[in-house]
Amino acid sequence: MKLRWLTLCLLALAIGLAGQDQTTITISGTSKYRLAVPDFAAAAGVSAAEQATFNQVLWNDLYQTAVVTMVGRSLYTASAPTTEADLNNAVVRTAWTAPPLAIQRLVFGQMALVNGGLVVSGYLYDVNQPPGAGRLLARRYADPGTPAGARAIAHQLADDIVAALGYGPGIATSKIAYISNRSGSEEVWTMDYDGFNPQQRTRLHGIAYSPRLSPNGQELAFMSQIGVHQQIRLLSLLTNKLLPFPSYKGLTMSPAWSPDGSKLAFAAKMGGQNLNIYTINANGTGLRRLTRSSGYDNLSPVWNPKPPPGSDGQIAFVSSRTGQPQIYTMNADGSNQQRLPLGGYATSPSWSPNGLVLAFAWVRNGGGEDSGALDIYLWYFQDQKYVQLTHNGERNDFPSWAPDGRHIVFQSGASYHKQLFSVAADGSVPVQLTHAGDNEMPNWSWH
Amino acid sequence: MRNLTLRRCVSAVIPAVVCLGLAACGHKAVPPPPVPEAAAPAAAPAPTVTLNANPTAIESGGQSTLTWTSSGAVRVELNGTAVNLNGSQAVTPTQSTDYQIVARSADGQTANAAVRVTVTEPPPPPVAAAPAAEDINSAFNAAVRDAFFDYDKSTIRPDAQSALNADAEFFKSHPGVAINVVGHCDDRGSAEYNLALGDRRAQAVKNYLVSQGIDPNRIQTVSVGKDQPFCTQETDDCYQQNRRGHFTPPGQ
Repeated sequence: MKLRWLTLCLLALAIGLAGQDQTTITISGTSKYRLAVPDFAAAAGVSAAEQATFNQVLWNDLYQTAVVTMVGRSLYTASAPTTEADLNNAVVRTAWTAPPLAIQRLVFGQMALVNGGLVVSGYLYDVNQPPGAGRLLARRYADPGTPAGARAIAHQLADDIVAALGYGPGIATSKIAYISNRSGSEEVWTMDYDGFNPQQRTRLHGIAYSPRLSPNGQELAFMSQIGVHQQIRLLSLLTNKLLPFPSYKGLTMSPAWSPDGSKLAFAAKMGGQNLNIYTINANGTGLRRLTRSSGYDNLSPVWNPKPPPGSDGQIAFVSSRTGQPQIYTMNADGSNQQRLPLGGYATSPSWSPNGLVLAFAWVRNGGGEDSGALDIYLWYFQDQKYVQLTHNGERNDFPSWAPDGRHIVFQSGASYHKQLFSVAADGSVPVQLTHAGDNEMPNWSWH
Repeated sequence: MRNLTLRRCVSAVIPAVVCLGLAACGHKAVPPPPVPEAAAPAAAPAPTVTLNANPTAIESGGQSTLTWTSSGAVRVELNGTAVNLNGSQAVTPTQSTDYQIVARSADGQTANAAVRVTVTEPPPPPVAAAPAAEDINSAFNAAVRDAFFDYDKSTIRPDAQSALNADAEFFKSHPGVAINVVGHCDDRGSAEYNLALGDRRAQAVKNYLVSQGIDPNRIQTVSVGKDQPFCTQETDDCYQQNRRGHFTPPGQ
């Protein structure tokens, strides 16, 4: 029921944006391609489960991109081609391009078992081109013949299709790290971007916070609280072992990787009364203090993935120096600290991959007890304008950008029923990703 | 010659007579030796004595009555002390005691009897209940109150101040009690910011206790932010319940 409410609200956003100072979001400058994705045929030997998994995952992956208009299979009249030779026929092409189908891009292919392993041939064609032309993608994928293999191949093909359509990196092979209590304690988990394959990554039996995947996807930084000790820890995702990292006296929290993976920013009290932002090399050397608080907290740093040319790096962070939490940006040496003109109660910044947009959590009229809901907003640096992404009346927090720069994952819900949702930045294709336990603090991988 | 013969006869007769009088005797009745030609003078009868105790078992401090009878005796001694030939006597032994009575006839024959009075220990008096040691958990729960905070604030407001003043007195009078302050927030607001806010609240409580004379090394602080709430209703009342610096009881 909650998802339906969320869907309606987000669709309302997509249809008609309310409020002042808002910019309409468009995902691309042009209208979306009408895409047909008929089921891939399977040669004898491929199990029904593998075939169904492949076709379902491929369809869902392409639908979730929000960059194409998926034309439903009930409209398909022509039988699907399985080889490129099938398309060397103007009549076959016309069957797809004519109204009402009006297909512009066609995905097709077939799968077979070769030596016990699943092999998929996948193609993407611009069917408006004459026969013999229009190939955008032709590729063969091989994987062990299991439903998990079929799923992985479908994800890879979907990303290749997104790239071949000209939309840059897709998200179908990306991962999300998060905190879940479904095992009985708050631990770090990872899952596929669509919520499948949840994997428990820590078993520390304390409280884990703020997981952050490294840019190369091989390490995970997080804060671990055991008893009264809170410290940042690094986990190798290759060996599943904790890596050495310094610990400090007092509250230490919110780690964030620099875009080249060489440094971490974090907030720490270092035995004092106030949280300040520090940076350190990933190997634990070179600790550097960036902020100097005199009675307030600086926390939740995040690096700009695409800093301005010539700069050493740029960091956005939260500071309560004006009394309420506000979002600031600064250079990676702590200089030039600037407050975003937001007001209210603003926290949890996440910087988009292209460096142009900041997602954050905001109580816009925050300042008093009944100041309203916590919602996800987007701040456009160039336009100096914000757009509201969630309107569901829940507590929404901890947004994290997907590597395609078009999707955001966030947590939604009050105590004891927090779940993770992903949504496109224009409000379309909302998905509930988690269902078991309480799930929070998501972080989308860099690739 | 004649005396020797008489004595021989008497010593032969007496065991027979005694055996016939006492059923437990193992002797078979032997016929008396033939009476010699000359009549011997009649032997004096052997004395007899009986001894009873009533009751035969007493508690320490109690009393039993010994009763005896004798016949043919000129002297009766009870545990070595001369007593009437027939009589009774109250005794109050403090431990189990054997009483022996000896009756002596004129010609030196004796008879004796014995009885044992068993003394049992009285049941021990009920042990008085040991006085209750001070229950530190009860004392803690009765005396120590948490400090509550306003929305998005970590300043010590007046009601928190009076609570912490009383808490400081308790901690001073119980120097062995460890002081653990956990900072909590209500459910609104952002997760990381609430972790920081909870830490400031725990810190504010610590700073105040230090200003009241508590050793800072005694006080440990930690924040749990929005986690581990005391209640989960979405009401102002429950929000206020969760905005606090909480003292964890000893042993937790």
